[in-house]
Amino acid sequence: MAVYEQTYRRYEGRLTPEWSRFLIIPRYAFQTVFKSKLFAVFFVICFLPLLAEAILIYLHHNVSALAIMKINVREIVPIDGSFFQTFVTVQAAFAFFVALLIGPPLVARDLRNNALPLYLCRPFSRTEYVMGKMSVLLILLSFMTWIPQLLLFALQSYLEGFTWFRQNLWIASAILICSVVWILVLSLLSQAISALLKWRVVASGAILGIFFIPLAFGQIINAIFLTRWGTLISLFSLINNVSGGLFGTYGSVAETIEYTDFSGRDVQILISQPPLWISWAVICAVCLACLALLSWKVKAYEVVR
Amino acid sequence: MAWASFGIIRIRRYKKRMAALPEATSSKTPLIQTAAEQPVIDLQGLSIDFGRRQILKGLKGDLRGKAIGLLGPNGAGKTTLIHTLLGFHEPTAGTAKIFGLDIFDQAKEIKALVGYMPERDSFIAKMSAVHFVRLMGELSGLPREAALERAHEALFYVGLGEARYRKLETYSLGMKQLAKLAQAIVHGPRLIFLDEPTNGLDPPARLRMIKLIREIRDSGQAHLVLSSHLLLDVEECCDEILILREGQIAVYCNLEEERKSNRKFLMLETRGDQERFVKAVAELGCEYAISGEHRLKLVMQEGVDVKDLYRIAAQEQLQIRRLSYKRDSLEDIFLKAMENGHGGL
Repeated sequence: MAVYEQTYRRYEGRLTPEWSRFLIIPRYAFQTVFKSKLFAVFFVICFLPLLAEAILIYLHHNVSALAIMKINVREIVPIDGSFFQTFVTVQAAFAFFVALLIGPPLVARDLRNNALPLYLCRPFSRTEYVMGKMSVLLILLSFMTWIPQLLLFALQSYLEGFTWFRQNLWIASAILICSVVWILVLSLLSQAISALLKWRVVASGAILGIFFIPLAFGQIINAIFLTRWGTLISLFSLINNVSGGLFGTYGSVAETIEYTDFSGRDVQILISQPPLWISWAVICAVCLACLALLSWKVKAYEVVR
Repeated sequence: MAWASFGIIRIRRYKKRMAALPEATSSKTPLIQTAAEQPVIDLQGLSIDFGRRQILKGLKGDLRGKAIGLLGPNGAGKTTLIHTLLGFHEPTAGTAKIFGLDIFDQAKEIKALVGYMPERDSFIAKMSAVHFVRLMGELSGLPREAALERAHEALFYVGLGEARYRKLETYSLGMKQLAKLAQAIVHGPRLIFLDEPTNGLDPPARLRMIKLIREIRDSGQAHLVLSSHLLLDVEECCDEILILREGQIAVYCNLEEERKSNRKFLMLETRGDQERFVKAVAELGCEYAISGEHRLKLVMQEGVDVKDLYRIAAQEQLQIRRLSYKRDSLEDIFLKAMENGHGGL
């Protein structure tokens, strides 16, 4: 109907499938987010380490290039679990900053402008709303973490051969699980904080505080008590533990301190790591707490009892 | 533990709601009744508690009007009723049906049929009006192209056609109200809830909003539920009214019929000797007031009929040139409901 025929009329056309409607939120969010040129530039920069990773893999398998450069890249940077773990960690750091930029306003803006009744008065549930908002970060962070990493793993497998692929398939699963856990924690936590604090700047500050203050406290605890249990209060350290476990670099002993005491005896202190399952349990608890917070705050109207 | 107890509370609430339902609903009834017999809103002992406060107290009744005005003093439960019908609050007891669909069990189906214009300022920041209304259309299930087309149409319809590419934050209060109306109608709902649509509008903007509401009502394409504390708005737009008082239904009636039903107040235009006539009428127990040389106002008593007036007039040789019933204004009905609080259902 043309716009000049102004009258009220019902819509009787085709409807989109219900399951797909939560994806409308990320589509609109991406339009808003990429309007900022600054963010677009930052997002491109996030892919530079991946480019470096791809170049290193390429050089590993290009004999003529190695001969020209007169560097034995194979010896300097071996392509194994540690190689991929390093780049997963670098991308995880970039993912943190992207989440810090995008995450806080997602729910906060809607709460501040009373937009939730507008979403929830439609055939659109609270769960779909949270899924939609979370998928903004999940999709964006996936494109800069596990998706390119797995593509690079596939490139390395292609160049190295099927035997290498079969022997190192665990690296692919480690990349996937580690990245997914990290982006899930980032998405949930930023949404929960955003729902709780409503103001973008305050929410961003709170996210920074939640990640960095416990990290500092954990280090202090570790240093004073000669332990590694302090890592359990820091999300960065927890993810580090989980990543170590997945890439096979997490040992039961973290460090050995050797010194000579006053009586001249050599003393050796073994600083043990907390069991890995505790790190997983704490991460799960954090995720559940975030979900509970979202379930509490994401409502059309808050009821004053 | 917390999740388990949450589940128990939900089961208890469900049992309580089921217990409050009338027996007829527990028998096998078709999911969607035919349009002719179907009430727009069917309240079945609907109760809402917020903590210890009882907000809605067992509301019962079938609302069938084309435009239903929801009236009541502040805190009567108007907005809570709308929110409950939209599925924002879970009923403590009883339930309600919209077009035969249960508000709790079939909330999604209902939400596909309704539009909602909230009372408070509600919008999505950093969006132009057309972007915002399109998003709302898509969330209601419209495909992208259809949502865009209808967003333009809805904005033109409400009178924001020229300003549709402006950011919502830059809109005046009146424009924001119109944008809220546009998002409520973009998906062409069968029932539209309007919560205080004229709040904060200046007289021209208010008139424009009233005109739009009346147009939607007269199109016959959608039913309206209009909540307002402004009696004039309801009087101009609605054919039925539901007056709430302290969480209960004080009156539910058809506005026109209710106005006509009050046949106690009469206005007479006469020629002849009024003095003797009013004395005779007073002897029947009727109160009177002479409002002009040839005009009289009468309050009829029980057992006194209009025929008695004509008989007396004939005896006193008085001509009754005009006799009309004084119609109740909505204000009269509202004030009466606040005094009596009798249920109209």
